[in-house]
Amino acid sequence: MPKLSDLLVPAPLRKTPKPGEAGVPRTPAPQDLKSAPPERPGDLGRLGEQALEAPIEATAWVDQRLAASGFLTGMLFRKVPKGTNWFYTLGSATLFAFIVQAVTGVFLAMFYTPSTTQAYSSIAHINNDVFLGQFVHGMHKWGASVMVILIFLHMGRTFFFGAYKYPRELNWVIGVVLLILTMTMAFTGYLLPFDQRSYWASIVGININGTGPIVGPYLSDFLRAGPELGATTLSRFYAIHMLLVPGAIIALIGAHLYLVVKLGTTAPPWTKTGKPRVAEPTSDLDAGVSGNGYHPDGAGATIAGVRVDGHNGGGATA
Amino acid sequence: MAQDADNIKQPYRAPEQVRTEPPPPGYFEGESMTRRKVFTIASQALGGLAGAAIVLPAVGFAVAPIFHRGKERWEKIGPVGDFTEDTYRQVVFTETPGIGDVGKQLAYVRQSSKELGEEAGQVVAISNRCAHLGCPVRFVQAAGNFICPCHGGVYDFQGKRIGGPPVRPLDRFQTRITKGEVEIGPRYSVTSQLKPVRARDPGEFTGGVWEYLYPPRPSTFPPP
Repeated sequence: MPKLSDLLVPAPLRKTPKPGEAGVPRTPAPQDLKSAPPERPGDLGRLGEQALEAPIEATAWVDQRLAASGFLTGMLFRKVPKGTNWFYTLGSATLFAFIVQAVTGVFLAMFYTPSTTQAYSSIAHINNDVFLGQFVHGMHKWGASVMVILIFLHMGRTFFFGAYKYPRELNWVIGVVLLILTMTMAFTGYLLPFDQRSYWASIVGININGTGPIVGPYLSDFLRAGPELGATTLSRFYAIHMLLVPGAIIALIGAHLYLVVKLGTTAPPWTKTGKPRVAEPTSDLDAGVSGNGYHPDGAGATIAGVRVDGHNGGGATA
Repeated sequence: MAQDADNIKQPYRAPEQVRTEPPPPGYFEGESMTRRKVFTIASQALGGLAGAAIVLPAVGFAVAPIFHRGKERWEKIGPVGDFTEDTYRQVVFTETPGIGDVGKQLAYVRQSSKELGEEAGQVVAISNRCAHLGCPVRFVQAAGNFICPCHGGVYDFQGKRIGGPPVRPLDRFQTRITKGEVEIGPRYSVTSQLKPVRARDPGEFTGGVWEYLYPPRPSTFPPP
């Protein structure tokens, strides 16, 4: 019976047959292998082996066409500076919070109705009747606060570790835009349950926008889609909340991560970086024994009369 | 070391393009436009045109409501005799029909009072929207004041600000009396001297230079 992969994969892409199968002559095994034949697994073991190989083969098939493994290993096994600590996970934590918001948001959209007369009752339906509805709604509601808190902690980490400096200024700018978009999400999402709290909070929020001179009045008309908060306001906030801003956030997170991988991360400010390593001549020509005595950090060594060291102790400097 | 510093200070310059391959057919000395350049510019212009064809209508669609003014609506709220000079009556009326409670407004209505120096025979309708940030104010009979629950704005009997963060008196609604029935109409704002101006959003000053710093919006009705 032919293998499934042989049926699926077109002939030019198939693996070249191994010696001994499909008309390729088997070359005799070397003598030492013959003398001690390797243990052959039973039929069951062979099946298991094939089952184990199937996903690997499938992955290899995809990777051959995508050439993604080089990129993935480069990204996942990239070098990080000495002193990298738990504070460096705040960005990933924010990303995770965003993914939680995106996934729970999609499922909430299946039950939510963005209409002034039905929005509140559809949220009540989610909370009271839908299986796990209150749980998913709660994740979205509390997750929003978690995301805002995490994005500020991440920003604080970047600021206090000086990670916004050259060459990472552009990533800081992208991060600030992401912060603004996250606040936009928080603002537009607040109106959607359409209860008394969200209604009045949105009125106050829109009116704060309106207090900006010259453009303020037009800005609040734009947000409300008219002079009063009404049906169009709700659908406008809904569209901004679930279509416009998430798309922008996903695109900018892509750019943000690309720059993180491309430029690498910074070491914490308290990490001591050694001074530039400089070869300096020493009067002691005895190979292996430094004339400058014991180096407590063990970094000192004398190679062929030239001390290679992180410190400029004792000897004359160039 | 000094040389290194000089190198850093020098701005980056792209290396001069040097033609190494033979010139393409039709090339002549001093030509300013190659076939490739023409197609590059043309395809970018086409792409820009296609982008504009999508973006401009979408932006117009989103911005249009700023310039749209709805139809003026007048609603009967009862005979003149229902209202007195010395206290307010709450009236709920529909401003935008078909969208449920959101389209409703609440007004405090009374007859004009000679004691306060108002024109006789008029009906005064004061909006319950606080002039600070738009929370709903309440008329407190015992104090004779309007009081806002959010940030402590206080207004006197005529709706003039007497305390707290509001920036101007309470908004009003236009009123008219037809055949003894009071009708209530569009919203307008007032200055600190109660002079009618076009409706402003809460938080925006009225009168004087503020009329220019917070320009009237096309979506509002002219004042009476």
